[in-house]
Amino acid sequence: MAPMKTTSTRNPLLAKGIEKFSRSKMYHKRGLWAIKAKNNGVFPRHEKKVVVPGPIQKPPKFYPADDVRIKRAVTRKPKPTKLRSSIRPGTVLILLAGRFMGKRVVFLKQLPSGLLLITGPFKLNGVPLRRVDQAYVIATSTQVDISGVTVFKFDDKYFKKEAKVKKIKGDSEFFDTDKEEKKNLPQEKKDDQKVVDESLLAAIERVPDLKTYLSARFSLRDGVKPHELVF
Amino acid sequence: MVKGRQGECVRLYVRGTILGYKRSKSNQYEHTSLVQIEGVNTKEEVSWYCGKRMAYIYKAKTKKDGSLYRCIWGKVTRSHGNTGIVRAKFRRNLPSRSMGDKVRVFMYPSSI
Repeated sequence: MAPMKTTSTRNPLLAKGIEKFSRSKMYHKRGLWAIKAKNNGVFPRHEKKVVVPGPIQKPPKFYPADDVRIKRAVTRKPKPTKLRSSIRPGTVLILLAGRFMGKRVVFLKQLPSGLLLITGPFKLNGVPLRRVDQAYVIATSTQVDISGVTVFKFDDKYFKKEAKVKKIKGDSEFFDTDKEEKKNLPQEKKDDQKVVDESLLAAIERVPDLKTYLSARFSLRDGVKPHELVF
Repeated sequence: MVKGRQGECVRLYVRGTILGYKRSKSNQYEHTSLVQIEGVNTKEEVSWYCGKRMAYIYKAKTKKDGSLYRCIWGKVTRSHGNTGIVRAKFRRNLPSRSMGDKVRVFMYPSSI
């Protein structure tokens, strides 16, 4: 038979083995009478497709001694973590752990790795452009207007650590190991921070008290129960 | 502990007390500890804390990793009973001397 598109059955099941409509009713419902009428009173039959035999495959010359599993390439592409609905570009987040715990920061965008890109702004609370995991963040209902901020250029590669240059310890260098090279932030990154923060600060200053809000840190106090707090 | 910074201290954890191990009258199961979280008094309130990480911090005589303080990490697994007590599992079972000691219940992994 020609392949037919399967739809849901037009014959509802009343109980196990008992359908609502009889054979003759179903004949009418399915429109088989119409198909027959179109085909001169006979149900259309199609010729069987002639299968053209493919090229003759020669038996392989070599059979491996052991049954080795064929390694198949991984076709699965992991998606970035689903962003919580409470986190939207411009949301003020509270960092829960790490160096900047308790600080209130502005969320810019979600990076392809799933991490969140945030900024203090640096001037207000010392938090630079940084990546943060969603699980270590509480989203507040406060929003900042970030329409003026361009964040296209930031992605995970921007935050990648520079590969450490391995030093071969010679005699002269042995004494210098105490003085480790201080990692200075490249000027480029400092400029990026300034550019992002400029437009942000302008938006923040328009909202009363938002500046002091972002400069202050969040802390739990006596008698404060986080499960009752509304952020 | 390892902050070494001056200025405001922020508490981003809830205090909890370790009550003991999960037990029946004459059998105790040290793989699960019972913790009372401050301010949590009913079974319904516990659901917010489920899955949150906790840390049992204690002092030892010898320095490890430059600090005398040591920590056992764990998490809130489920509620225990009706009055807000919580069951917790730690990476390594808690020592029996931890009974009555404080534990820090953090607010992460957060789902707010």
